[in-house]
Amino acid sequence: MSATLSARIIEFSTTGGMLRAVLVRALVVLLCVGLLAPIVVVVVLSFSGDGYMRFPPESFSFRWYERFLGDHRWRNAILNSVLVAGMTCVFATFLGFLAAYAMVRGGFRAKGAVTAFLLAPLIVPHVVTAIGIYYLSSKWGLVGVRPWIAVSHAVVALPVVLVILQSALRAVDPNLERAAMIFGCDRWGVFRRVVLPLTLPAVVSAALFSFLTSFDELMISLFLAGVRAETLPVRIWNSLLLEVEPTIAAVSTLLIGVTVIALLADWGVRQYRARALPDTTKGP
Amino acid sequence: MPLGRLGAFLLLGPSLLLLVLVFLVPIGWFITGALGELGSFADIREEAVAVLGSRAVLGAILNTNWIAFLVTVMVLLIGYPVAYALTRAKGIAFTLILVCIILPYFTSVIVRTYAWMVLLGRNGLINQALLALGIVDAPLDLMYNRLGVVIGMTYVLLPYMVLTLYSAMKAVDPRLLQAAEGMGASPLRVFLKVFLPLTLHGVIAGALIVFILGIGFFITPALMGGPSDIMIAMLIEREIELTQNWPTAALMTLVLLAVTLSLYAVYQRFANQTEGLAP
Amino acid sequence: MPRDGQEGAVDPAILLEALTKRYGAETVVSDVNLAIAPGEFLTLLGPSGSGKTTTLSMLAGFVIPDAGRVLLGGRDVTRAPPRVRGLGMVFQNYAIFPHLDVFENVAFPLRVQKRPQGEVASRVADALALVKLTGFERRYGRQLSGGQQQRVALARAIVAQPSVVLMDEPLGALDKNLRYHMQVEIKEIQRRLGMTVVYVTHDQEEALTMSDRIAIMNHGRIVQMGPPRAVYERPESSFVGRFLGEANLLPASGATVLGGRPVVADAGAAPADGGWLFVRPEKVALTAGTEAAGPNALPGTVRHASFLGNVVRYAVEVGAEEPLLCDAANAPGIAGFVPGDAVVASWSAADCRLLAD
Repeated sequence: MSATLSARIIEFSTTGGMLRAVLVRALVVLLCVGLLAPIVVVVVLSFSGDGYMRFPPESFSFRWYERFLGDHRWRNAILNSVLVAGMTCVFATFLGFLAAYAMVRGGFRAKGAVTAFLLAPLIVPHVVTAIGIYYLSSKWGLVGVRPWIAVSHAVVALPVVLVILQSALRAVDPNLERAAMIFGCDRWGVFRRVVLPLTLPAVVSAALFSFLTSFDELMISLFLAGVRAETLPVRIWNSLLLEVEPTIAAVSTLLIGVTVIALLADWGVRQYRARALPDTTKGP
Repeated sequence: MPLGRLGAFLLLGPSLLLLVLVFLVPIGWFITGALGELGSFADIREEAVAVLGSRAVLGAILNTNWIAFLVTVMVLLIGYPVAYALTRAKGIAFTLILVCIILPYFTSVIVRTYAWMVLLGRNGLINQALLALGIVDAPLDLMYNRLGVVIGMTYVLLPYMVLTLYSAMKAVDPRLLQAAEGMGASPLRVFLKVFLPLTLHGVIAGALIVFILGIGFFITPALMGGPSDIMIAMLIEREIELTQNWPTAALMTLVLLAVTLSLYAVYQRFANQTEGLAP
Repeated sequence: MPRDGQEGAVDPAILLEALTKRYGAETVVSDVNLAIAPGEFLTLLGPSGSGKTTTLSMLAGFVIPDAGRVLLGGRDVTRAPPRVRGLGMVFQNYAIFPHLDVFENVAFPLRVQKRPQGEVASRVADALALVKLTGFERRYGRQLSGGQQQRVALARAIVAQPSVVLMDEPLGALDKNLRYHMQVEIKEIQRRLGMTVVYVTHDQEEALTMSDRIAIMNHGRIVQMGPPRAVYERPESSFVGRFLGEANLLPASGATVLGGRPVVADAGAAPADGGWLFVRPEKVALTAGTEAAGPNALPGTVRHASFLGNVVRYAVEVGAEEPLLCDAANAPGIAGFVPGDAVVASWSAADCRLLAD
């Protein structure tokens, strides 16, 4: 089905059949709506004023938000999530920058193996990572300790940071760093005066996405949170096991909102980077 | 300014240390420690045969592969046209399609799963609509069964496929298609003989990554599946949460890890870039 | 200034002693010895991969040599980091900092030295005036043409008044007219400030125009060094002859070429086998005729005549593997030849050399 479909798309692009064009567009629009619809539905439902879930809602209200924010366990979960994500973000971005710089500028063998290892947390099932860390944490009394959850989240956030920063650092002409050195900078000076200003937008992106990775993470948190450090996704999980209720729509909308803000901020930063900091490796 | 070997090591050190201490060692320790509880190597082997040969585990392994396969096929069928549309789209259309892929991609898996639970539940929006329109008389079972799992996982994994395919399709020189067209090939032939072969490595890479992520899935099947949709990751979690049976969990983890890592090694051959995995 | 390249008259500004660099099994710079006098403009000239850029990098401190020493003003800096060497440098792609405007780019060396604002302002203004970029202070690199970026790079290299300025193919990215223009300007500034310049290029014309001395490198070694005229007219190997402009190289054994034609050269001696006779095309004269009389004369047939503007270049078939090139001035009163004409090519003993390899 997909094959003939795509063939139609090609056919359209080359011969311009009107009917096919309409069909193809309709299909793509349908698929895209399908992709976005579940998220939109959740957001709309969160503002429902009805007693049960009905779409579209007959009335609108903030009652689910009131219930959400009025519950101290949910409020604690927000606090936990923000604290853990904040720590993860600082931790992963800092370590990731150093590693990305080493990967881009370093001359050493086994770069491929190091890359595969650093990206492995993206591939290894999160259940496995989570249980491994839980096994160690339960022995050392680290369950429910927020900084430790942040360190664990940094494991899965690090690859994200690495990918973003490596591509940003590759766009920095090594001659700019040489120029800074010849004009009197030590390593720190090169970093502060040249490398950091040129990669700042990417550092912001990396920080945003590492924050988001932690903020949305469920698997590791589920094992490590205990009762003391429940994050938002963990509380959603625990609630969902009981019932699908609209309060969760309000919580979900908060998470979606954070994602949207992070994506918009990243978009803004990318616009800035494209405008102000051209790829300097492409020569004059 | 190139770094010396020492400089590179010092900068990589903290990250490597993090991954070794909070990733490699814990997983390794969990597996060896839990298996060690069983005693000698012979005991472990005996236990392995018993555990991996049990109906529950065999069933879960079968389920896992079958569900991951179904999801991969679904994701490919939906992802291919969307990726193609994204490749061809310009301006505002491009942005809109991209938003439809990126926004779900970066939304928490638990939120995305919840959204489908709202839609597919017995009193969910789809059943409400179907009942209201008189299409069905009684609510359909769209969730807590295999259908629900496949729908939910397809939704969660779709962006990986689209982004991988997109980077493969973007690399195809459109002039090649025009040339084939100019030589009189029918659109179907152009697709089958030129475009598909040129994007096949993307299809394989995308299918592998979706399958790899699929067999390790936990959240969506746990929330949307029924009693007969137990996947291996869920079984591992249950062994620990409910029965504290670490050795059995370790054996199953070993199997899951081995399959994942070997597929990843194959994936590496097809994907020369990691951009498909992260922003 | 050491126009003729006498070394040792003054303390050298730069001294490279037995400099060697290996990457794995490959020796990219091998036993390079070089003394550069204060105020001298020295060019490292060679094809890509000849080791000239690596030599410059060791001088700058980006690469640490495996053996040998680098001395700047008598101070051993072999293993010192770039920042303490007090050099200025112009990079191949200019390396203008994209996040800083022209003023801050030029001010960069002074900022690093934490000079007072007033001094920074006046010295940047002076440097920009010198490269004729006054008024461009607030522009960014991407808003400048290639030539303007080149000037910014130059101003930044000289603003801290370093005694030595390194230039790594600084004109490589410019088009031909602009290149010539910049050659003249760089030379002018160098003379005015009395800077010592080490200039790396693979462009032989640029090297001939600008340098006080040229060091020609091949396979990691300096194969010949001297003032432009000397290396152009008196190459010591076929490589140097061929690399610096057009050259006729005829296989020579002893004092004969092409199986017995006698040659007389004021300089050099070819071995019995595998040697070369070298003569520049502009030193070869053509006369109509078929009989060659005496040494340094070859009969032949004009195969091709190319009009190059100020000269006409003839390719004359003389029985060698490649035709003999001969440049005749495009001056009034000089009759041209056409392909097929029988001619005798001749040159004087002072204008040719016998080379051993």
